[in-house]
Parts: sequence; C-alpha cells; structure tokens
Amino acid sequence: MSALLTVEDLRVCYPTRTGMVEAVRGVSFALGRERLGIVGESGSGKSQTGRAIMGLTPPQAQVTAKTLSFDGIDLLSAPPKLRRSLRGKRIAMILQDPKYSLNPVMSIGRQIVETLREHEDVSGAEARERALEMLAAVQIRDPKRVFGLYPHEVSGGMGQRAMIAMMLVAGPELLIADEPTSALDVTVQLEVLSILDKLVAERGMGLIFVSHDLRLVSSFCDRVLVMYAGRIVEELAASDLANAKHPYTQGLFNCMPVIGADRHPLPVLDRKPEWAL
Amino acid sequence: MSLATETPPMTRREWLLSDRPQSRLQARLGRAYMTWRRFSANRLAVVGLLILLALVLVAAFADYIAPHSPFIGNLAGARLLPPGSEGYLLGTDDQGRDILSRLIYGSRLTLMVVALVAIIAAPVGLIVGAVAGYAGGWIDAILMRVTDIFLAFPKLVLALAFVAALGPGIENAVIAIAITSWPPYARIARAETLTVRNSDYIAAVRLMGASPMRIVFRHVMPMCLSSLIVRVTLDMAGIILTAAGLGFLGLGAQPPLPEWGAMIASGRRFILDHWWVATMPGIAILIVSLGFNLLGDGLRDALDPRESGQ
Amino acid sequence: MSAIVSVENLSVVFDDFTALENVSIDVSAGGSFGLVGESGSGKSTLLRAIAGLAPPAGGTMRIAGLELRGRDRDKAFYRAVQMVFQDPYGSLHPRQTIDRQLMEPLAIHGVRDGERRILKALDEVGLGSGFRFRYPHQLSGGQRQRVAIARALILEPSILLLDEPTSALDASVQAEVLNLLEQVRRDRKLTFVMVSHDLGVVTHMCDRLAVMQGGRVVERLTADDLATGRIDEDYTRNLMVASKGFRRHAEPIT
Repeated sequence: MSALLTVEDLRVCYPTRTGMVEAVRGVSFALGRERLGIVGESGSGKSQTGRAIMGLTPPQAQVTAKTLSFDGIDLLSAPPKLRRSLRGKRIAMILQDPKYSLNPVMSIGRQIVETLREHEDVSGAEARERALEMLAAVQIRDPKRVFGLYPHEVSGGMGQRAMIAMMLVAGPELLIADEPTSALDVTVQLEVLSILDKLVAERGMGLIFVSHDLRLVSSFCDRVLVMYAGRIVEELAASDLANAKHPYTQGLFNCMPVIGADRHPLPVLDRKPEWAL
Repeated sequence: MSLATETPPMTRREWLLSDRPQSRLQARLGRAYMTWRRFSANRLAVVGLLILLALVLVAAFADYIAPHSPFIGNLAGARLLPPGSEGYLLGTDDQGRDILSRLIYGSRLTLMVVALVAIIAAPVGLIVGAVAGYAGGWIDAILMRVTDIFLAFPKLVLALAFVAALGPGIENAVIAIAITSWPPYARIARAETLTVRNSDYIAAVRLMGASPMRIVFRHVMPMCLSSLIVRVTLDMAGIILTAAGLGFLGLGAQPPLPEWGAMIASGRRFILDHWWVATMPGIAILIVSLGFNLLGDGLRDALDPRESGQ
Repeated sequence: MSAIVSVENLSVVFDDFTALENVSIDVSAGGSFGLVGESGSGKSTLLRAIAGLAPPAGGTMRIAGLELRGRDRDKAFYRAVQMVFQDPYGSLHPRQTIDRQLMEPLAIHGVRDGERRILKALDEVGLGSGFRFRYPHQLSGGQRQRVAIARALILEPSILLLDEPTSALDASVQAEVLNLLEQVRRDRKLTFVMVSHDLGVVTHMCDRLAVMQGGRVVERLTADDLATGRIDEDYTRNLMVASKGFRRHAEPIT
C-alpha cells in the first residue's frame, strides 16, 4: 500500500503575546488508502494537524515539516494555486457543524454545483445531475427537493450529509473529517457514519478521522493515533485498543462512563507532566 | 527579620500579568493593563490619545501657556497681523487679539462642551436602553418610541430650536446637543442588552433571586459599556462640530468667549485677505476631531468584549 | 416515598411551538433523576420550567409539596433549588471575577461571612484560592464548570438541577466533574435532576430515568433496567443501541 500522504515532523506554531506557542510539535505518520483516526482532547493539536494538511491554518500560523507530501507533491513548497486545485479535487475536508460550515445564503444544491464546477469543466446541466446523484448517494430521500433548500431549513443530520455530498462530489482521494458527527444526535450519528463508511469503502479513499471520542474512532478506523499536547503519544491498531500501552490512552479509554459498568468513582486521568515533553 | 527573599520580587509587569491575582484590585489592574497593551499596539490610536492629552494639558495650563490675553487686544497697533508676526505666532484677528491665545483658552470651552455632553447623554442613553432591552413589553415600546422621537430630529435643527427658545449661550448649547445625542446610545445599549439577556449567566443570576433592577444595573450594563464608550468617543468629533456650528451661527458661545466655532464665524468676513483668522480655529477643530476619531477606533479594537485568553 | 419534586401534566408552549406536552415526573428526596433524550425532546425545557425560566401553559409543579406558580419564584425557592448550566463558557459573567460571582448570591440573600463561604466553596470543588480573583476567560472549561458548581452550592440548596453539565467538556475532565458531582451529592444529601443526551452519563449518575422525545415522556425506567435491557419502548431501545457505538459495515438504522 503506497503512501497517499506522508507527514514527517509537522510543526504548527502561533505567535501570541507571550511568545510562540506550538500547537503541533513534531507529528509524523504515513497514510495509505486506509482509515486513520486522530484522537485527542481540546488543545491536543489534532484539529490543527488536519488543517495544516489542508493548508487551512490561519495566516499567522507557521507550518513547518521535514516532509508533508500528498501523492508525491510537496505541499509545503507548492504554490498557492496548486494547493487550491488540490483542495476539493483530491483532498477534501468535512467540518463539525453544518450550521457554520455551509454557506447560509446559498441553496445546498448550488453549493454542491459550485464545488464541482470549480474543479471540473462540466456544463451546468451535468453539474446539476451529478449533484443530485451525490445527494442520493448520501441517502437523502428526495434529492430534488433538498437541492433547493437552504442550510437553515434542514436538520443537523441532513446538513452534514449535504456537506459530505459537497465534499465528495469532485471525487477526492483523501478525506479529512474533523469531528464530523460531534454536533449530531446519537441516532443521527450512526446514520451519517454508515454513509461515510460506505462511500469511503466504495471509492477506495484514504480517511483521516479527527475526534475526541476514542471509542467512536476505534470502531470506525483501522489505525488510531492518540495526541496529547501537540505530540503523538501512541499509535495502535483500532482493534488493539484494550491493550493500549501509554497511560494517557489507557486513562482516556477508561474514564468514559459506560452503560452497565458500575464504577464509582470513575477512573480519572492522572496527568503526568512528562507526557507533555 | 531578614530582608532577603527567596524568589526575586515580582516586577510590576509580572504582578499585573500574574495569573494568580491575590486581590480584586490586582485582577482589575491586570485586566486594565492587558487592555492598554492591546490599545497601544495601534500606533494611530496612540496618536489620537496624545492629541487629546495635549488638549487637556493646554486647557489646564492655559494661563501659563498663552502669550497674550484672549479677550483684550491691541486695537491700535496689532489688528489683522499675519501669522509669524513678532509676538503673534498665529497672527491676530480684527480686534488685535492674539489668535494663538484665543485658541488656547478656547480649548477649555471645547473640552467643557465635550465632557458635559458625554456626562449627560451617555448615562441617560445607557439607562434607557438597558432598561428597555431587559424589560421588554410595553416598557420597551414606550422607551423606544420616546427615543425614536428624539432621534427623528436633526441635531442642529433641534439645537437651534432649543437655543432660540432658551436664548443663546454656551450652557444652553450644551443642553441642546446633549438632548439630541443620547438616542443612539440608547439604541446601542438596548441591542447589547437583547443579546446579553438570554445568556446563561444572566439566567444564573436570576436564579439567585436577584431583582430585575439589580440584574440590569450590576450585570447587564457593564456588558454594554465597551460599545458605548467607543460610540461616545467617535461621536465627540461630531459634537465639537455641532457646538462650533452653533457658535458659528451666533447661538452658542457669545462674544467675547474664544469658542472656536464663533472664531470661524467672525473671521469669515476676512477670509480672502486675512485667511488665518478663520482658518486657524478650523485647523484646531480638525486636529481635535481627528484625535477623537483615532482614539475611538483604537478603543473599538482594544475593548473587544469577546476577550478570550488567546 | 415522598416526592420532593413533582411535575404533573406540564405543558410549555413558545409562540406556536409546543416544547412540552403533558409531562409528568416525580423525584424522591435524595434521589437522582435523569432526563434523557435527543435535541428537541424538551428535556432542558422541563428543567427550565421548574426553575422558573420557561412559561408553563398548563399543569402543575410542586417542590416539597408547595405549588409553583408560573414563572414566579421566591427567595426561599432559590435557597432550596439551584441550577448548573451546560455551557461553561456562557454560564459565568465574562466581566466579573470568580470572587465577585460567588459573592453575588450571598449578597442577594444577605448572608454574612462571605469570605469564609467563598473559600470553602472553592475548596469543595477542588479549586485553590489562587483562582479566586481570576476572570472566567483565564480558566479552562473544566475549571469554569467547577466554579459554576461552587456557585450553585454556595447557598446550600437541597435540590440541584443539572442541564447537561458535562457535555461541553473533554472526556477526562468530564470524569472528574462527574466524580465531583457524585461526591457533593453524597456529602450534602442532595436531590439531583439531571438532563443529558448521553446514556452512559445518565445511567452512571442517576437511579431513575425518563426518556423524552418530541416534548413527551416516552418511557420511565430505572438505570438498572436500561443497562440490562429491560426496555419497553422501541425508541428507548434505538437510543440504547445507538449509544453502544458504531459497528462497521452494519446496516444503517432507518
């Protein structure tokens, strides 16, 4: 399995009033056409990692890496035009809350069509056809009706499915999903995840699933990276989670209240300062 | 008792930036210091502040700075001298009075107008807006209609009517301007209040049993202050111009008061041959207005209510 | 079993939208009652109605036998019932120090020795005195929620209403806060009414639950029943299954 994405020693720094703050401190991994989960709590740097790969970090952020290459293309030295053409066409990103990530003044269909026409030279009619196909592929029952709706007129789950449709319509090879189901109700989460599951498998895409939910990520992905304070503290196969070696991973796994388990008090993470080194 | 300490005593800066304040005072000062740092990062804003500080100093020390009397002029030998003349840096007017001295003393009037209008109009607007926004219902409707009535009048026209009724004079001019200035502040305060009213922290205070009065005055109003301060500062320039306009029309400050607008009015007649009589006070108004605008802009950035510890 | 919180056929209507329809629950003194449901189920509205923050359109609410009228609550009520809100970033006043915010309820109720009480409250929630004069933006989410809990407890209420108190927190912080809440409940013998969308949290913290959907109570059961699968309603069963997590290549739930 050749590497679709290679990341070596990725660092993201922000200037603040008290000096430079490193949000990501030397993250390295390789991704083929598989599913990789990146788990961490707030401040772990997991979202910044995803955004750095997409090239969507804020302008004042400094992104450096020994290697950051997608299919042989060096992303760091690529000119902005090349990066833009990759974004959407070959690498796509799904964000957390469709309320904020979909354009509120454009209909859903129009947003999908615009994304498609940005990357492919298709006629308006053909773009519309493909958008409708995509809406059907994310199991929206009445694609024609939803095509004309605005984001505020649909539920969270449907909005997220529309976002997935929009991001996958140009057929990208790598998908970065940043907390794609965290803003959804638990039953809707399952629906959206199964759609994602199907599409990723059908299209043979690589997937990076960023989340705070260790159990969810381990059930969805093949491999899991656990991040803490900007670094990867453990890398393991998803099925192997119960045998995690790093105390942070173990702590994170154990501290969630589970239905049926009767642990009073809940085991709490004993944060050791050496983890942040 | 040994004077040696184990850790070096904190510098004042460290004390202010400490994340473990030991007293309310330290916390407040620390916060003020952070705001000052944000503000002073903006060069133009600091320029605005300096201009206004200069204005205050000039007004305070007018007696010592002004080379001549602003009221008594040398009618015989020094009428309409151009700027740069011996002893008269900015020239003299038609009554032989030194323009520089008149400008210096006039700064007191400008400052007085600005301060009084701010002191009268801002609190009135704040209270009306916050009460209306929090109470809602018919209280809100009545207060806002009253606000609309005052807002409907063009500033200068209402001020004119007022001074025409009460008689000319700078005090009446101040009242007239204040009356027309408060409605926008009420609107701003109301808008902020509507946002704040539904937040959880206000719900929490209600759940403690706080009376609506207490909630509005102690919890809601502080949240309106930032927007209000910025708006008031930006309005200052307009207030100065309105006062100058009234003075220009002879309805504000009466002669021989060296009010800048009145100086422009009386210098109007000589503008072609003796341009400095009207132009110098105009430049003074320009600089002070600019100062307020720059300050207001800088405050807007520095007083961002969404203070996240970034 | 005396019900200290008793709600009967409560309805809440906002403009045209019916948020609650004929909802009834009973909470016994010292018990911990959970309200579970997805968004739009009305669980938070029920809590707010009890607190006097939402307008009832019908039905009755009783605290310790005394009937509550509409949105009017008196000071005695506020000394008995307090609430912890969901969003730690919105439930503390951004412009006031922690000290000031803890002092406020004491000042309103004319309680003396505020200094001692504030220090005790901070200590009880595991925050040192160094936090006393900080502003909320200088605290993490977990710390803010601890302050919110301290604030709710400072008047020594007997009933605590908790609106998703840990939903906005990281998993590890959630465990700490849940442990704190349990300990506080044990030490002070409090009655909890807790709202959550997370079945794991609610079965951990509560003895009895009401499952809500679309403004109505769908099922009432004990946490034990839920954990062992003694469930009557399909909706509740669906929630249980969904909470167990994702199963790859499984058929989507329709």
